[in-house]
Amino acid sequence: MNVISIREETTRTTNTTPAAVRLERVSRLYGSFVALREVSLTLPAGSSVVLLGENGAGKSTVLKLVSGLTSPSYGRLTIFGTPPQQQRGRIGTMGHAPMLYDELTGMENLTYFAQLHDLGNTRSELDAVAAAALQEVGLDPSLTRRVSEYSQGMRQRASLARVLMAEPPLLLLDEPFSNLDFGSAHGMVDRLLAYLATPGSDGTPRTLLMTTHQADLARPLAKSTVTLSAGRVASISGEMRTGDASAEASS
Amino acid sequence: MNYTRIVWAHLRKDLRLEWRTKDSLNGMLFFSLLVVVVFAMAFDPTAFPTIARQISGGLLGVAVLFSAMTALNQSWARELNNHVLDAHRLSPAPASALFVGKALANFIFVMVVELVLAPVFTLFYNLHPLGQPWKLLIILPLGTWALVVNGTFFAVLSLRTRNRETLLPLVLLPISMPALLGLIQATTAVLTGEFEPTLWIKVLVAYVIVFTTACVLLFDTVLVGD
Repeated sequence: MNVISIREETTRTTNTTPAAVRLERVSRLYGSFVALREVSLTLPAGSSVVLLGENGAGKSTVLKLVSGLTSPSYGRLTIFGTPPQQQRGRIGTMGHAPMLYDELTGMENLTYFAQLHDLGNTRSELDAVAAAALQEVGLDPSLTRRVSEYSQGMRQRASLARVLMAEPPLLLLDEPFSNLDFGSAHGMVDRLLAYLATPGSDGTPRTLLMTTHQADLARPLAKSTVTLSAGRVASISGEMRTGDASAEASS
Repeated sequence: MNYTRIVWAHLRKDLRLEWRTKDSLNGMLFFSLLVVVVFAMAFDPTAFPTIARQISGGLLGVAVLFSAMTALNQSWARELNNHVLDAHRLSPAPASALFVGKALANFIFVMVVELVLAPVFTLFYNLHPLGQPWKLLIILPLGTWALVVNGTFFAVLSLRTRNRETLLPLVLLPISMPALLGLIQATTAVLTGEFEPTLWIKVLVAYVIVFTTACVLLFDTVLVGD
């Protein structure tokens, strides 16, 4: 059994605050294939963790589980103390696909999602939120091109704008830097650093869990790293105390 | 969060997507017009006006149901592109609003097809209703909604299956039989004037109430289900 507990020195959470993410002996099977084996992981609110590992190591499975898009086959998983399905709107997920409509423009997409996240009451308020989100990732809100005509990098940035616009306290990013050139990737890192530095409107520190193959790019974001291999935690590094792990395992 | 505004946002998005792609409407129009023309060629409706009135309700039902089927599959396929459906599963907006918005959009698409179909039908089959034609204004929207609300629901159920194009008709046709029967019988009653459509209108109303309620209540479970 892999038991990892991540404690941030800088976290503002108290003992009474539920962990942002808690996996307890979580396994995930797809048919007979075991994608994740009894992984235990605790991320206090405010932590910033990068998942590393080869293709098929289980990184995306962890993100899917945490987002609530799939459920554990075994084990227990809570987000801020409740099942992920009860945290809809508080988990921002950016996956391999941009989760945007190809036939709409970036602005139309974001205005639509702003309405679903209740980010404004009037048309002008929704437009303002969407335009600001696009500008923050370096996209022009007045662009009349549809998302299908965007480059891969632009789609990636529009997807990030969709996620950050709702200001979720838990941010899940799956390979956010793939398809981005060097400058755009660094721009995205800066945007994420700024986002994580600011607490949410309810005072909850923002938590990041991301996967990447580009560890160098993720370094400024990663206060901790967890390396997965064949569905198990292979190693940990950064601001983590593995001593907590044994305590948790024995309990 | 205002439920009506969320439904309107979904509906407007679907109408906009259809306006830009015309994926559903083109397929539906082509299929339904083909049915009308092929049957008009199979026999001479002008020579047998009574038979034409008696079978027109059934022909209309077949054209509407099968053309709607193409639109229903298409409407959810859009949500699978770029994994947009996952964004809906994670959004705090009520899931049933997505369902209602999409069912309304599908209803509008099928009604547009029926509006195009009506004059073509009248022309090809030389139809002069002997009953009260205004009742069609109640029967057609009711029958269409009955087919569309179930179709939209079962289309999302079959989304994650490998053969969803095959599965949808297999699931939808048996459960839609009462609605289809109601639509056909009520339309035939108006066209032939031989009996009153009231009973069949009541069947349609009951069907619509029961299945709309069930679909709206169950949709959240279906959407977030693993």
